[in-house]
Amino acid sequence: MDIVKKLFGKMEENNVIQGILTAFLSAVLIENFVLVKFLGICPFLGVSKKINTALGMGAAVVFVMAVASAATWILQKCVLEPFDIEYLQTISFILVIAALVQLVEMVLQKTSRQLYQALGVYLPLITTNCAVLGVCIINFQNGFSFINSVLYGTFAGIGFTLAIVLFAGIRERLEFASIPESLRGFPISLISASLVSLAFFGFQGLIK
Amino acid sequence: MNLFKIFKTGIVDENPAFRLVLGTCPTLAVTTSAINGVGMGVSTTVVLVGSNLVISLLRKFIPAKVRIPAYVTVIAGFVTIVQMLLKAYLPSIDKALGIFIPLIVVNCIILARAESFASKNTPVASIIDGLGMGVGFTLALLLMGSIREILGNGSIFGISVFGDSASPALAMILPPGGFLTFGIIIGILNRFSSVKIRSSGCMGCDGHCKKIIRENGGE
Repeated sequence: MDIVKKLFGKMEENNVIQGILTAFLSAVLIENFVLVKFLGICPFLGVSKKINTALGMGAAVVFVMAVASAATWILQKCVLEPFDIEYLQTISFILVIAALVQLVEMVLQKTSRQLYQALGVYLPLITTNCAVLGVCIINFQNGFSFINSVLYGTFAGIGFTLAIVLFAGIRERLEFASIPESLRGFPISLISASLVSLAFFGFQGLIK
Repeated sequence: MNLFKIFKTGIVDENPAFRLVLGTCPTLAVTTSAINGVGMGVSTTVVLVGSNLVISLLRKFIPAKVRIPAYVTVIAGFVTIVQMLLKAYLPSIDKALGIFIPLIVVNCIILARAESFASKNTPVASIIDGLGMGVGFTLALLLMGSIREILGNGSIFGISVFGDSASPALAMILPPGGFLTFGIIIGILNRFSSVKIRSSGCMGCDGHCKKIIRENGGE
């Protein structure tokens, strides 16, 4: 979290492109939402049996996280802070996210049949995905500006997608492996997730 | 059903973390030490008992169609109360648990109990159910936290176990150790139990979600 904060700071000072690129790398690889921060474990373990499903879920999460970051930023700065009711943050954020997900689902259903079939089915699952509420809260803990919040939401979503797609690839192979009876299914998924997470620790120290 | 049986169900047969596999995010994230596990468990228990009581009292007034948003609002209210209490009286726990305190709102255990128990039972039974589930969750987090703290830091509740004789495996208190410990505990429980855990229960909050996952080739 600190690395991303520092990099966004750098971005405002001098080189915009470099700042965005390094922030992207650190949000996706070094501080991966799922494997390093433990946010969004439920869909990570629940919807990762096939690569196609994982991609669809990932795309939906990127989209919702970006939109939710924008919406909660506006809510915080235009309603909660001026009226001095920041303690309502948790309640208002979760309701806004729930309403937003419903709205996005309805708009997609009416406007784009194709996009709805690709993303829409995953949307109801996202309301209770803690990665979405998590990113909105992290945005304010770090004091990100509007642009930074939306960027960080998108990057974190991409990190989620990378983790879930990689993991789906591993699980497709696991189907054919011979595994002790007690470990089959969920336990072996957790143990393989542990190895994937260990691999991501190799990225620590990539950016100084 | 007698009250003691409801209480026991939550701790043993339907332990939320190990048998129902709900709330995996906090189970993995905050169990880097035994004390953090207990802090998270107790906070969740308080929210669970409060929301079960209020939802059970309101069960005849909440229309079925808007019940999920109504439950979420009640739960978020209790989470805010716990958040403020922790900030005021236990700032060290608040700091250690960080973002996972507000994220109790989206912890499936609470919504699942509201939906499957509190909305159908009397207030007294709902409080006992919340207590049972909460204590079960706390014990589960305490077990995870103790194992990870002993192996990863060589201590328990901050008291050194091995002294200087053995150097701890740091990986156990890092994220990989969380996944590994959880996987192995579930594996061991599967070995000795007739009910095998094959999938995460997080998606069980809402029948709708489960159907979608099945149709799309997930679990």
